[in-house]
Amino acid sequence: MTVPTTTPSHAAPTPRPPRIDVSPRRLRGARRSRLDMKVSPYLYIAPFFIVFGIFGAYPLLYTAWVALHDWEVGTDNPTYVGLDNFTKILSDSNFWNAVLNTIGIFVISTVPQLLLALVLANALNKKLRGRTLLRMGVLIPNITSVAAVAIVFSQLYSRDFGLINWVLGFFGIGPYEWQAYKWSSWVAISTMVDWRWIGYNALIYLASMQSIPRDIYESAALDGASPSKQFWRITIPMLKPTIIFTVIISTIGGLQLYAEPLLFNGGASAFLGGSMRQSQTVTMYLMEQFYGRFQFGDMATVAWLLFLLILIFSAVNYAITSRLESSGKRGGAK
Amino acid sequence: MGVTLRRRSLAAVAILATAALGLVACSKSDDANTGSSSTEQITLNVDVFGNFGYEELYKKYMQDHPNIKIVERGTGGQLGDFTQQVTQRIAAGSGLGDVLAVEEGMSIDIKAKGNNFVDLKEYGAAELSGNFLDWKVAGMTTDDGKIIGLGTDVGGMAMCYRTDLFKKAGLPTERDKVSALWPTWNDYITVGKQFKANPAVKDAGFLDAVTNTYNTILMQEAGNTTGYTYFDKQGNYVTDSNPAVKKAWDLSVEILNAGLSAKLQAWTPEWNNGFKNAKFATIACPAWMTGYITSQNGDAGKGKWDIAKAPGNGGNWGGSWLAVPKQSKHPKEAAELAKFLTSPEGQIAAFKSKGNLPSSPKALDDPAVKAAVNEYFSNAPTGQIYGEGAKLLKPVYLGAKNVPVRTAVENALRTVEQGTRKADAAWTAAVADGKKAA
Repeated sequence: MTVPTTTPSHAAPTPRPPRIDVSPRRLRGARRSRLDMKVSPYLYIAPFFIVFGIFGAYPLLYTAWVALHDWEVGTDNPTYVGLDNFTKILSDSNFWNAVLNTIGIFVISTVPQLLLALVLANALNKKLRGRTLLRMGVLIPNITSVAAVAIVFSQLYSRDFGLINWVLGFFGIGPYEWQAYKWSSWVAISTMVDWRWIGYNALIYLASMQSIPRDIYESAALDGASPSKQFWRITIPMLKPTIIFTVIISTIGGLQLYAEPLLFNGGASAFLGGSMRQSQTVTMYLMEQFYGRFQFGDMATVAWLLFLLILIFSAVNYAITSRLESSGKRGGAK
Repeated sequence: MGVTLRRRSLAAVAILATAALGLVACSKSDDANTGSSSTEQITLNVDVFGNFGYEELYKKYMQDHPNIKIVERGTGGQLGDFTQQVTQRIAAGSGLGDVLAVEEGMSIDIKAKGNNFVDLKEYGAAELSGNFLDWKVAGMTTDDGKIIGLGTDVGGMAMCYRTDLFKKAGLPTERDKVSALWPTWNDYITVGKQFKANPAVKDAGFLDAVTNTYNTILMQEAGNTTGYTYFDKQGNYVTDSNPAVKKAWDLSVEILNAGLSAKLQAWTPEWNNGFKNAKFATIACPAWMTGYITSQNGDAGKGKWDIAKAPGNGGNWGGSWLAVPKQSKHPKEAAELAKFLTSPEGQIAAFKSKGNLPSSPKALDDPAVKAAVNEYFSNAPTGQIYGEGAKLLKPVYLGAKNVPVRTAVENALRTVEQGTRKADAAWTAAVADGKKAA
C-alpha cells in the first residue's frame, strides 16, 4: 500500500523530485508561475486600490495641499500661506455657528429617529397581516428623492399656506415662520431627516431582531415576562451591535447634512441657511466658501475640518459604544 | 493549479489592457475635435439659462455658415444652478461652452475672473460700443480695459401691479393714473398705507417682499448721487458712510414698518404661491419679470395685471452679456457668433421671440419694439415703458465683492421683515456682516 507522494492537488507547495528536463522553455514556465503566485493576488485587489487612489486618496491629499494656499477660483497662481486658512476659519463665528447647527440638528434628529425605528421594527417583527408589504413600505420614504422630500416638507411648514400652521391655528398657536428661527428650522429639518431614515434603520433592526432565537422569548414568556419587558430585557441587549452600527452611520450622515437644510431655507444664496444663518450646516458653509466667496483654499480648509470633526465624533462614539458593549457582556455573564 | 492561476492572471492583464485601450480610445476621440480651420465642420456650444429666444437666429446663422453647428445648452434652466455650474467649470478649467451667457448678478465675479475670457476687442468689439447703452458696455469692461462681454438684453425697471386688487382697494387702475400716484418712493409708501387701510384687501400685502424693492431704490439713489454702492471707486468698503445705501435702507424699513410687505421671499415656493393667490398688489418689475409673472400666475391672471412707471423713475435689474471663455477651441468663430446674436437685429429678434428688452439704443428705438404691447398685462406698451427707463439709468460702480456684501445686507433687512431683529440692530449687523463678506 503506497501513498502517492505527489498528487496533482498537493503538488505545488511540496518540493518536487528533480526533473531531467531543463529546457529553457520549462524554466521560463516555472519562473512565470512563481511570478504569477507572487504578483497575481496584488493584481486582483489592485482595481480597488486604483479606484480608491484616484477618487479617495488623491482628492484627500490634494485638498490638504489646497487648504494651505490662498487661492481664489479663476486665478492661476495660488500663494502658499501655511496654516493661515485654518486660523482664519477657526476664528470665524460663522463656522462655529455652522458646527452648532450641524450638531444640534444631528442630536434632535438622530435620537428620536433611532428610538422610533426600534419601536417600528418591533411592531414589524410581530405576526401581522400583509407583513411583507408593510416591511417593504417602510423603505419607501428612503427611496424618494431628497429634493422631493424637502419640497414637500417646505410646503408643509410654509407660513401662509402650510398644513402645519393651519393645524396649529386650531389651537390658537402661530402662524410661525418656521424658517425664521433657529429652533424651528432645526425641528423642521429634523423631521425631514427622520421621515427619510426611520424606515431604513427599522429594517436593519428588524433583520437583526430576526436572528434572535425565538426560544429565548418563549422561555421568558413562560417565566411570565410581559411583551414590554421582553423588548427591554431581551431585544434591546441582543441588538446592541446593530444599534452601535446605526449610531455610527447616522453620525457620519448627520454631520454631512446638506440637501434638506439647503432646500428648506431656499431662495437666492440658499447655502447661507436663512437670514441669520439659522440652519446653515458645515457642508453648506463649505459650499459658501466656494460658490459664494470663490475661495478655493478656504473651502478645502473647511473640508478638512469637517473630516476631523467626523473623526472626533466617530472616536467618541466608539469609546462610548465599546464601553456599552463590555458592560453588556458583564451583564450577560450574570 | 498553476495553470488556472496563470489563466486568471492573463484574464486580469486582459482586463487591464482593455481598460487602458478604452482610455486611449477616449482620449483619441477628444483629439479629433481639436484644431480648427474655417472650412472644417465645427460645433459651437452656447451656454445659457432661461430663454434667450435665439432659435430663429441660430437657424439663420447656420444657413449662412454651413460649416458651423450651434448647440444651445441649458435652455430653460435656473439662474442659480447655471451660476454654480459656471463657477465649477472655471475652477475645473474645462467644460464651459464656446459662448457663455453672463447674467448681471454674476457679471462682477466674471469681470474679476476676466483673465479666463477672451478680450473681444481682438475681434472688433471696440467698434461696436455704439451698439449698446453706455452702462451696458461699462458692465463688461475690465479695469485694464478689456471688453469680455457683449450686451444682450437689459431688465429695465417698472412697477407691475394687480388691477383687481387696486380696484378692490379703491385705487385707480389705469396705468397713467397709477404712475402719477407715485413719482417718489415716499408717495409709493403713502399709496401703500391707503391700500392697507382698506379692509377689502386685508389678506394681501402691498408688495411681495422688501429686498428687491430695496435694490431698486439703492441703484436709483446711487445713480443719482454717489455713483457707487457698497464700495467706492477706490474699492474701500463704504456701506456705513454711503448716504445712498442708508437712504435705501431707511425707505425699506419704512415700508416694513408700515406693514406693506407680504413677506414672501423671492424665488421660494411661497413667493410663487403668492402670485397665484393674489397675495401682493405690486412688484418691482424688470422686463423679464413680466414673463415670470405670466408663467407663475397662468391663465387665471391674464388681464389682471398692468405695468406702471417705477417710483423714482427708471432703473435696471438683470439683463445679460455673451462672453467667450478662453477654454473655447474656436474663439474666433465664437466671437463672431456672439457679435451676430448681440447685434441690434439679433436683439430685436430676441425681443420678438421672448420679450427680452434690447440693450441697444437702436433696437430700443426700432418701431417693432416701440409698438410692442403685452397682452397679458392689459396690453401695456412694454417696449416703450421699459425702453425709457433703461435709457434714463446712470451707471453705478459695483465692487468686486458686491454680491456677497449685497446678500449680507439683504439678509439683515430680511431679519427686520421676519421680525427677528429691530431695525437699528439689523443695520449694525448689515454693516458688520457686509464688512466680513467684503
